Amino acid sequence: MQIAPPDFDRIFGALADATRRDIVRRAVGAEEGVAQLASHYAMSFAAVQKHVAILERAGLVTKERIGRRKIVRTNPEGLRVARRLLDRYEELWRGRIDRMSALIADPPDRKETDQ
Amino acid sequence: MTVTAVRKDADNLTMTLDAEFAVSPERVWQLWADPRQLERWWGPPSYPATVTSHDLRTGGRVEYHMTGPEGDQPHGYWEIIEADEPHRLVFRDGFADADGKPNSDMPLNEARVTIAEIGNGRTRMTIQSIFPDAAAMEQLIAMGMEEGLKQAVGQIDAILTGVTP
Repeated sequence: MQIAPPDFDRIFGALADATRRDIVRRAVGAEEGVAQLASHYAMSFAAVQKHVAILERAGLVTKERIGRRKIVRTNPEGLRVARRLLDRYEELWRGRIDRMSALIADPPDRKETDQ
Repeated sequence: MTVTAVRKDADNLTMTLDAEFAVSPERVWQLWADPRQLERWWGPPSYPATVTSHDLRTGGRVEYHMTGPEGDQPHGYWEIIEADEPHRLVFRDGFADADGKPNSDMPLNEARVTIAEIGNGRTRMTIQSIFPDAAAMEQLIAMGMEEGLKQAVGQIDAILTGVTP
């Protein structure tokens, strides 16, 4: 599956905030709704709700209906995107190192390849 | 193999890559310091790089663009945070508009390059690539593991150890 760069941006943006990181951490256990989450922070329900909405748009949490409650749950797939980014960077740099090696073995000023 | 080790740090989303070359540190430094050589390795073959401005000193700047198969030309730049020839180079790599103006909507990536002689005419180059915002992401994963949070942690752990579905 290909992830377009805007999705990375959204995830990075969502996680660039300490409260939102804390929400994602708490929601791994998936037991609390927005109101309960809000009780952990010195900010309004509306403010926490807004943070949850940003995380939701980034695909980092989902809201799940359990009975009459809506539980906020961390989405491991969202976190997996980070791993993909790292893998992509490894690939990118491996390619660069290969080209560096080729360049060292065959500098531009002597082009005769005789490997 | 030229690449001798790759480490992906779960705590701060850093990728560290070691590579060894059978040449001197000065020769390895030239790969960065000579814009014509830099052009030959920075971009993948499908996106060759053209370096348009190159000042590899502390506080200096490198500007480049790449040319894609469709003729698209993504622009990028480096802000040189530290340059200590031939051993250390630290720069922020960012995206820019067509006129070279930094695009602040795109994430910046910091690269720390260390070049050291390791004997027998060999040189080790270590590249540490750091993602400032995603660092937070990995940190939260690590915190989740510390607190021993149930089954989802197992899934995240699997992600971090490279198990792909």
